[in-house]
Amino acid sequence: MGMISSLRAAEGGATHRRSRSRVSTSALTGGVILVLILAGAAAAPFLYPGDPLDMVASPFIWPGTDPAYPLGTDMLGRDIAAGILHGARVSLLIGLVATLVSLVIGGTFGAVAGFYGGRTDWALMRATELVQTIPPFLFALAIVAILQPSVPAIVIAIGLTAWPSLARLVRAEVLRLRNGDFVQASISVGASHRRIILFEILPNALAPVIVSASILIAGAILTESSLAFLGLGDPNVASWGGMVGAGREVLRTDWYIATLPGLAIIAAVLGLNLLGDGLNDLLDVRR
Amino acid sequence: MTASGFIQRLAPGMHWARRLGQLAFIVVGIAIVNFFLLRLAPGDAAEVLAGEAGAATPEFMAALRQQFGLDQPLYVQFGKYLGNVLRLNLGYSFRQGMPVSQLIGDRLPATAILMGASITFALVAGTALGFLAARRAGRPTDTIISVIALLFYATPVFWIGVVLIVVFSVWLDWLPVGGMTTIEAGYHGTAYALDVARHLVLPAVTLGLFNLAIYTRLTRASMLQIYGQDFIRTAVAKGVAPGRIAVRHVLRNALLPIVTMLGMQVGSILGGAILVETVFSWPGLGRLAFEALFQRDLNLLLGILMASSILVVVVNIAVDFAYGLLDPRVEIG
Repeated sequence: MGMISSLRAAEGGATHRRSRSRVSTSALTGGVILVLILAGAAAAPFLYPGDPLDMVASPFIWPGTDPAYPLGTDMLGRDIAAGILHGARVSLLIGLVATLVSLVIGGTFGAVAGFYGGRTDWALMRATELVQTIPPFLFALAIVAILQPSVPAIVIAIGLTAWPSLARLVRAEVLRLRNGDFVQASISVGASHRRIILFEILPNALAPVIVSASILIAGAILTESSLAFLGLGDPNVASWGGMVGAGREVLRTDWYIATLPGLAIIAAVLGLNLLGDGLNDLLDVRR
Repeated sequence: MTASGFIQRLAPGMHWARRLGQLAFIVVGIAIVNFFLLRLAPGDAAEVLAGEAGAATPEFMAALRQQFGLDQPLYVQFGKYLGNVLRLNLGYSFRQGMPVSQLIGDRLPATAILMGASITFALVAGTALGFLAARRAGRPTDTIISVIALLFYATPVFWIGVVLIVVFSVWLDWLPVGGMTTIEAGYHGTAYALDVARHLVLPAVTLGLFNLAIYTRLTRASMLQIYGQDFIRTAVAKGVAPGRIAVRHVLRNALLPIVTMLGMQVGSILGGAILVETVFSWPGLGRLAFEALFQRDLNLLLGILMASSILVVVVNIAVDFAYGLLDPRVEIG
């Protein structure tokens, strides 16, 4: 998500003062949307205890026509509301864990490159550039195709392709902090490099990383739904993208089947983006 | 960066040498990535290369194993693989009955048309909306444009495609559902071009809306930033008309970050093209990737991965060039 940091860089200065008032609104709106989605995900097993992939009613019940199925049923008689709520669990889980994978890889690359500099930095940054050059979605697609679609494979694929922007971000932060007095003091006391990086530098680089992480989770959810749309979702779990993909076959007549789950994707991604925007200004990130 | 900048001042030709080196590095790097992905796949590389499921004869499989030295140490295998890649031999697709490089070459123009149209749409509409938002900063127009940009930024491309089909093809019946041409019509010349254009509208808009959102936000932000600078105050002081300042001074400078963004975005636009081409049955690289996926033709998929990565590097070289034209102060590098 290198574009986010560039957007931020440009949006920083001039609009800063004026955007303060908008800031809390965007953080708040994003937060509320996310809390609602989290609540839905948490309530899914209680509201819809069965497997959301099971047939529960007759097919093609339109939304709003049967109170038992408020969002209707799809062409196989599966409850769409149940699919969307259970899908929230899968999407959030994949988004979160994939971003953690990216954080570990990107964080390690960025911290080591920034801290040691020289040849290490050069080699790690060339590797980062290489991964950045490969179109990320196509790369993730190839990895999932080869590993066979499953939740772990999707997590690995997204985590392995989304880290370069984080590596650059962490590297820049480490370069900025590396020559700070507190780091120099630790070096003179003889603290180990690992200790300095993990306990002195990284905690101070946390604010921009948190902002980036929320945007990355949004991106991971988009990627997961796109993979599922193409048929590369885990066949054993309900997925928003998979539901849109399956509904395409009956698009001409029963368009609600393909469109409703998409609204859930938009809500989740919008919520995370708004939260990231809001946090960016609240935490006063300078990039 | 500073070192390479210094070298460029010594000899402009060095720049192209460096770029070529970069291209070679990317090709070798992606060959390494592909090689290991191929080894991760179930079965040995020969089976994957042959498209799995006995699409090739046993004699051919033996020949493939020999050609790629699968009975030899890993580094020999990689050497042979790399040798093939560097000779642009990406293998043969048994599913499609054609060499992979030829398949890619055949499908590339359709994707290029789609990407070109979508980028043009996103650039023109995005800058226009951003320009309008910046001129009306803080007023309702600005708020509406910003909210729309925020929404497009969060909407998955495949969903936009599905909704546009429902509205414009199914309900209104204005535009075709998919494909690139009306095959049965057998158009020629101008009629053919118009037919393709009609098929192009929905896919190009679908693919472009996400980038339109980015360009809108970016144009607005950079314009507001530039409005605060001294040379604008000078222009105002010497009595230049506000409209002229907005277009000639502010917008022109605000275009630079957009060009940079375009270079960074090529990879993700290509990713979006896979989804859009699948939704609209557009016969390009993305559709080819989807077919490869569906038929488990992994070697073809990895060939497309390689080709699109090279495309990303090439477009970025072009972007560097455009940057130099837009802002003569910028030295290519």
